[in-house]
Amino acid sequence: MSDADGTLFAQVRDPANRPDPYPLYARLRAHPVARQDDGTVVASGYAAIRALLHDPRVSSEDLPPAEHPPTGNPVKDWIVNPLKDRIADRHRPFIFRDPPDHGALRRQVMAQFTVARVRGMKQRTEALVAECLERCAQNRTFDLVEDLAYPLPVTVICELLGVPREDEARFHAWATQLATALEPESRKDETLRACNTETFDAIADYMRDLIREKRRAPADDMLSGLATAKDPEAGRMSDPDLIATAILLLIAGHETTVNLITNGMLTLLRHPDEFARLRADPERAPRVIEELLRYEPPVHYRTRLARAPIPFAGTVIPEGAPLVLLFAAGNRDPARFPHPDRFDPDRADNQHFGFGGALHYCVGAPLARIEAEAALTALAARLRAPRLAEDPPPYRDGSSLRGPKRLRLIIDAIA
Amino acid sequence: MRVVVDLNRCQAYAQCCYAAPERFVLRGDEMLVYDPAPPEAERAAIDRAVLACPVRAIRVEPAAAEGTA
Amino acid sequence: MRDGTIVVAGASLAGLRGAEALRAGGFSGRLVLVGDEPHLPYDRPPLSKHVLTGEIAPERTTLPGVGTLAAEWRLGTPAVGLDRAGRVLLLAGGERLPFDRLLIATGARARPWPEPAAAALAGVHTLRSRDDAAALAAALAARPERVLILGAGFLGCEAASSIRALGLPVTVVDPAPSPLAGALGQVIGGFVAGRMEGAGIDLRTGTEVTRLEGEDGRVRRARLADGGTIPADLVVVALGAVRNTDWLAGSGLDADEGGLSCDRACRALDEAGRPDDAIFAAGDVARFPHPLDGDRPVALEHWGNAVAQAAHAARAMLAGPEAAGPYAEVPAFWSNQFGLTIKSLGLTEGADAVAIVQGDPRSARFLAAYGREGRTVAAVSINAGRWLPAYEGAIREGAPFPPITGGADQPRPKPVPPGLPAPQPA
Repeated sequence: MSDADGTLFAQVRDPANRPDPYPLYARLRAHPVARQDDGTVVASGYAAIRALLHDPRVSSEDLPPAEHPPTGNPVKDWIVNPLKDRIADRHRPFIFRDPPDHGALRRQVMAQFTVARVRGMKQRTEALVAECLERCAQNRTFDLVEDLAYPLPVTVICELLGVPREDEARFHAWATQLATALEPESRKDETLRACNTETFDAIADYMRDLIREKRRAPADDMLSGLATAKDPEAGRMSDPDLIATAILLLIAGHETTVNLITNGMLTLLRHPDEFARLRADPERAPRVIEELLRYEPPVHYRTRLARAPIPFAGTVIPEGAPLVLLFAAGNRDPARFPHPDRFDPDRADNQHFGFGGALHYCVGAPLARIEAEAALTALAARLRAPRLAEDPPPYRDGSSLRGPKRLRLIIDAIA
Repeated sequence: MRVVVDLNRCQAYAQCCYAAPERFVLRGDEMLVYDPAPPEAERAAIDRAVLACPVRAIRVEPAAAEGTA
Repeated sequence: MRDGTIVVAGASLAGLRGAEALRAGGFSGRLVLVGDEPHLPYDRPPLSKHVLTGEIAPERTTLPGVGTLAAEWRLGTPAVGLDRAGRVLLLAGGERLPFDRLLIATGARARPWPEPAAAALAGVHTLRSRDDAAALAAALAARPERVLILGAGFLGCEAASSIRALGLPVTVVDPAPSPLAGALGQVIGGFVAGRMEGAGIDLRTGTEVTRLEGEDGRVRRARLADGGTIPADLVVVALGAVRNTDWLAGSGLDADEGGLSCDRACRALDEAGRPDDAIFAAGDVARFPHPLDGDRPVALEHWGNAVAQAAHAARAMLAGPEAAGPYAEVPAFWSNQFGLTIKSLGLTEGADAVAIVQGDPRSARFLAAYGREGRTVAAVSINAGRWLPAYEGAIREGAPFPPITGGADQPRPKPVPPGLPAPQPA
């Protein structure tokens, strides 16, 4: 764990490496669990990630600052739950919670994220994709991010939650603003930080009112369900937990799906044979999407914290060490996947980390699959001779939620 | 079609239940109940369940293969 | 080996998966599967669960893989003898099947009620085969007044859960102090006992049935060792299994009702302990030295073992024992009962300590680790399957017990004796 290049993860975060971080991941994998110069421990091998994902000593919570004062470590100080300073510890969203609290909150969310409700969004999602494409119908060039991949998930999650349609525009603005809070480098910028804080407070105020309204007149939506349902064990979810959960669902559902769709289209246009095959046979979409989740996942890594010393492969991850589970590197581990750098939707045994794993496996995975399928099959079917205006496209700053800032496509027509 | 799920591998992620809700149901916390002989007409949904399973626990044999035995 | 003839004795899960692994491994010769039942290989786990509740028809349990396997089938014709010198398998009806390699996967059968006349009474059932399950499901559909289950092992408990779910009165009798005591110990078994009683099961532990009594050829009641009587018009005998090795009598192989001995490459051993290079064993019937338990011979009745060991035997048959290496799969199984999913990794047998290392039994979501002489030997999750993979490494390596401390919701586990039966002397 010691003789690796301790600056590799810093290089991963360097925006210059955003278009192609995979060579860095390959170098990291030479030491599947590698300690970086700043004390961060990076797991990049498939087996190591899998083991740590399931390990109860690997915490999704940040320890109280009194026990672990800020170290100047960028992962710990900038990435670990940037929203949490606005939320009391006990009301952090469940993505940043450990058992037993995590289980109770997640169970309550899953009770509302029902099969019927999620599948009920399929047709609506397809209609929304069609609307986005209609709006661009006269264009010969458009930006997939702004014109489709960004607005689609916000609308879907708003409808699923039960945000009134007239408020959706506000949500789009808030979501865009809060997305920057997830960018580690933005944490340096005090102006941006203050702006995020304001945004967060605005959403929280809005949600508080909306929840009150849902309690008064419940409708068939997730927020009404969350606001009125009573878990047999945990009881009714508290307002702060509800607000934290709703904001989590809004941001998580949106910042990730945009990447799945844009990375997906980018990858397909780099593999024109696969694009043509998808156009000819839309039933290939599930395979294509699973391979995208491996090959170009929307979330490249998640951070954790070692609650206790963790012996691992002959060394010990020290207590208090910030941990990075580098999913995108595990997804390209040749020890797990033959020809890992090949985009191959027909790959057998594609057990990827595209939605993470273990307790925190992405709640929204089924919805993400529906949205990505609706978008990619419609793009394949309707765009005539699409090509990339620039390759590589410009990327957003984020190295974890990694994806193009814009993806300009040139087309002959939209059918 | 014939279906079997390796319930040693299954960790109740429930992705199959979203993909093919008529054939896979989660009861309680993590008890998966599934139809081991779904109709061929649901092939696409079952294939989705196979692909979406995060632990690759679902195995399927399409009806076309049943003829020989 | 790529050509020639391979015969698989046993056409259930291990036989099927072994045959598939042979084909996947490049075997292109003649492949024959011999089964005593008339059915194609089917999946057993549903038989004690949704087949009994009527949710899944018994004939829907045929396993995937049977249709694509290029093989000859001899179904409904049990193997009755083995001519080792002549390399010939003898079938009922007189057919002689010559082989270059033989895979023995004849599995096990239900241990019957020891008194044959009582075992033959109408209403007395065992539960092992698909036909057993069909017969029991039909009997349950006739709404018996009280169902008595003899034995509170996994099968007895699963059957009790399914039958209770039909709204029928159920009594379970087992001489051990708790259900599942032999497999999980009384600590975890005691937790399951609470669930059983909560579900309305009349649980009688620490006593046993000494006699089954009938009237007009039909079972009516059971007499208990402690003098009591339980009226019952349907009895499920769930007293464990007997390995199907009788047909090997006289073959010179080391086989008895506890299994057919084999080595780590799955080669069958003769009575002198020498491996036979042409004869292999896998699944419930195979008794093999387990590296996780000091190479003590064990025979595992696990779905996962049938699959993995059959694949291992196939590798050894085709590429040789050295190339296949020693079989060392970490034993794993699951059970569904009373709203619980119980999953296990490792071997609990002989454990001298158990500790709740994650979660809390009061929430019915927890994980228990088992230790033996200070080493981690097994882990069992209750409605907490996503926690279990964290323990596989510790079990494989025999890590110090308890294997994980400082976890999120159980920072300081407190080990206690697990209440398992005393280890058998070696």
